[in-house]
Amino acid sequence: MDSLIAIISVGVIGTVLGVVIGIVAKVFAVDVDERIEQVEEMLPGANCGGCGFAGCADFAKGVVAEKATPAQCPVCSREDVVAISDYLGIAAEEKEKMVALVRCSGDIPNTQRSLYNGVRDCQSAVLVAGGAKGCDYGCLGFGSCAEACPFGAIEMRAGLAIVHKDLCVGCENCVAACPKELIKMVPAAATTHVYCNSPEKGAAKRKVCQTACIACRKCVKASGEEDYMEIDGFLIRSNYENPPSADLVEAAACPTTALRVDTEHAKGAYGGEA
Amino acid sequence: MSDKPRKFKGGVHPNDSKALSAHKPIQEAPLLDSYKVIMHQNIGAPPELLVKKGDEVKKGTLLAKAGGFVSVPLHSPTSGTIKMIDKVPGPTGISVPCIEIAADGEDEWDSPFEPITDWKTTDPVELRQRVWDAGVVGMGGAAFPSHVKLSPPDDKKIDMLILNGAECEPYLTADHRLMLENAKEVVIGGSILARILGLESCVIGVENNKPDAVEMLKKAAANHSVHVQDLPVNYPQGAEKQLIYAITGREVPVGALPMDIGCVVQNVASAAAVYEAVVNGRPSIDRITTVTGKPLVDPGNWKFRIGTPISKALELAGGITEQPAKLLLGGPMMGIAQSSLDVTTMKNTSGILLIAQDEVSQYTSEPCIRCGRCVDCCPMQILPATISQAVENHRFDWAEQLNVMACIECGSCSYSCPSHRPLNQQFKRAKVEIRAGLRKKG
Repeated sequence: MDSLIAIISVGVIGTVLGVVIGIVAKVFAVDVDERIEQVEEMLPGANCGGCGFAGCADFAKGVVAEKATPAQCPVCSREDVVAISDYLGIAAEEKEKMVALVRCSGDIPNTQRSLYNGVRDCQSAVLVAGGAKGCDYGCLGFGSCAEACPFGAIEMRAGLAIVHKDLCVGCENCVAACPKELIKMVPAAATTHVYCNSPEKGAAKRKVCQTACIACRKCVKASGEEDYMEIDGFLIRSNYENPPSADLVEAAACPTTALRVDTEHAKGAYGGEA
Repeated sequence: MSDKPRKFKGGVHPNDSKALSAHKPIQEAPLLDSYKVIMHQNIGAPPELLVKKGDEVKKGTLLAKAGGFVSVPLHSPTSGTIKMIDKVPGPTGISVPCIEIAADGEDEWDSPFEPITDWKTTDPVELRQRVWDAGVVGMGGAAFPSHVKLSPPDDKKIDMLILNGAECEPYLTADHRLMLENAKEVVIGGSILARILGLESCVIGVENNKPDAVEMLKKAAANHSVHVQDLPVNYPQGAEKQLIYAITGREVPVGALPMDIGCVVQNVASAAAVYEAVVNGRPSIDRITTVTGKPLVDPGNWKFRIGTPISKALELAGGITEQPAKLLLGGPMMGIAQSSLDVTTMKNTSGILLIAQDEVSQYTSEPCIRCGRCVDCCPMQILPATISQAVENHRFDWAEQLNVMACIECGSCSYSCPSHRPLNQQFKRAKVEIRAGLRKKG
């Protein structure tokens, strides 16, 4: 008898609550734009934050609300952007793919000056005698950028951060992680870069690093009439408005190999870092 | 005031190794051919350069003027010509601007101000201005401009001036020798500082492993209202907050300054520099530095002009008998490792220390074993082990909640850790991150 009362009372309570929940769900229903879910499905789902939103779901909301364009996602391929744009019935924007560039070629055999056995991250190393390398401006080599990269595009090789361009999606997470502000976003189409960031005079740079840009201007001369290279004090940079091609490396015969082709640099073709 | 000082909680007792240089009298370092004076020698704003290449300067000529209130002027350590305005490796490992002076050997004074002999009747405001004009900074290590501490806001009433002669850092004996040989200067300097603050007296705190210095100071203080307090030996007894507690029993709240609880602390070497500035009318251009360590032939205490390269200091100490493992500016607990002998001495270089190969070991950090030694020895009573965990996980907000900002970076936790965890460095990092976060918020 007791058990019967229990079963009936629980049953009644259940039914009543069920009805209440049903009514509440109808009355207080929140309209979710199904387009948001659809767009989120089409996004890569890496939640890298490269778009400036809190993640892919937030970005999808932004795109549907027209606060952002699909092309702002750095990870989406051209096809993905077109697919999302078609789905939403908006025009697909053209966007240049950007990749990260670590403007340093100073690996440990090349630039180490002292032993360091403190905390293995760049922000901490900077606090103790500026790290283990001789150059004040170069890569510290403890891989804070590699750790920040959600796509595994940065490899630490002999204490030098090397970006693998095919894996880099341009989310810019590494840019903020580098305490030396060494990482710059450059167009993926540009292949030839100056792997040096030191504004010091040539002689001072050569003292601490064998592969620094010494501003000899051979590359500028080799460019001829074209303004492939920009001069900035004692440092020369590729002009990304009119980037040089890989041929310039051979034509310029950079005496320190600071001017390099990115794929060769990543392969370790310049000696020292293999 | 009771004569028995209080013991602050925590602290460690590293081997003090002071015997290497404690008995060596202060020697005047010989005049060099050139000095490379680092421009930015103080905490706060860098000074503004006043000279250019080729200028003739005398000893004491103003090289740069204060670049703001929290900044001090810089004076030439000798007479000669400005050879170059260049860069030298700085003590933090980053190259910093310096002024190179080629000495003419005359070493002729041209002090920018006159001595004030009747300081007992001089307006305190004028005395304070003199301290600023002379470029006096905290010579214990922080290099905080002294005049700033002497300018408390109107709503903060100062009733205690403490001169810090604890010198708790192992190996260093510069302050010890100063108090022993120049006790009168320290005492009068202290009296001048007290006058600036409107106080009748001051207290000099000295660790009791320097009984000879205590005795000399007491003798010198006989005719002045300066009290000499000997303190128990416990690192970091010379840390500002620990010293205040030991002498007054007052605790500085987290995030507050000694000035908030009515105290001002100045290093004894700064007090001696104040004496020089006021009574002799000489700017702060030199300091006593201990050059020590097992690898040195003849460790000792020298009076170096600012801008003396470390290599010259090591030569004076007789050179080395064995290859050292480490070179530090400052003591072994808080000193900074150097990678170049071209670094030059500054107003806050209290020691140049070489550590022998057999005195250090290259270790790797192990996981925390939760033994709690760091918690026991932390003089600020924070939780190093837990904060370390927060920092390792990039939880700087958590570290902030755990009061990492109260850390005085004394290194007691790292010293006591059996797992060799780089606790001190992690906290330095956390403090930098938290300060950067605050700046972003505005």
